[in-house]
Amino acid sequence: MSIFKVGEFLPSKTYIINRASLVTYANASGDQNPIHQDETFAKSVGLENVIAHGMYTMGLVGQYVSSMAGSTSKVREFSARFTKPVVVPAGVNVELVVSATVVELTDEVARLEITATCNEVKVLGMAKAVILL
Amino acid sequence: MLNPDLVGRTFAGATSTTITAESIAAFALALGETETHLAPPTFAITISLEQSQSVLVESGLDWSRVVHGDQRFSIYKQLVAGMQIQCDSTIESARVMAGNEIITVRSDLIESGETAVSSWSTLVFRA
Repeated sequence: MSIFKVGEFLPSKTYIINRASLVTYANASGDQNPIHQDETFAKSVGLENVIAHGMYTMGLVGQYVSSMAGSTSKVREFSARFTKPVVVPAGVNVELVVSATVVELTDEVARLEITATCNEVKVLGMAKAVILL
Repeated sequence: MLNPDLVGRTFAGATSTTITAESIAAFALALGETETHLAPPTFAITISLEQSQSVLVESGLDWSRVVHGDQRFSIYKQLVAGMQIQCDSTIESARVMAGNEIITVRSDLIESGETAVSSWSTLVFRA
């Protein structure tokens, strides 16, 4: 028996993104693009401010999926579209709010549709995951 | 512009990468994961994106114009420390929209002859 039900809304989790966490992710991932750390550079290429790595946002959503699945090792499929940049001004803790709905269940897997928002604006589109039960 | 003849071509990774416990732990901690001995679902990007970058830059594209459009992972086998990974990248599609070049690259992370993770990155090269 699955612990999930089709149509079930899974509890939301909030993740904090700030300038320090962007540096930590840059070092862990190897993606040192200055648009994710250097405000002067980000503005010089037409951005409003420093923006989070799309893969950082997706990685935090991956943590949400892992936690709902019960383990990282249960995540089988994970996809997302980067629709809106997550802008990270200096000295601000930006809240990324993640939730999901169970849209399909089989004997083996659950399919989730995920919502990720910052300041009530969706930052990922078509975010989906398949997790092992 | 990408040479259309390259669509469908696979570029085998020149070297293999050994996944270290430190690299998994640092990545997992950066994302707030508690299982710091297991590669998080998006960990494959640390291997696949570099390979995609070298393939596309060698093919004449300007990496400074790139924006990540979308990303998908299929995980067949959990990545853990000690695995030796060869990464092969295939340019699956290329199209032009409003002057922007949109390229999808599939990267297969291969361990002992079997694909452990496939990663599809759609990259937008801004006009």
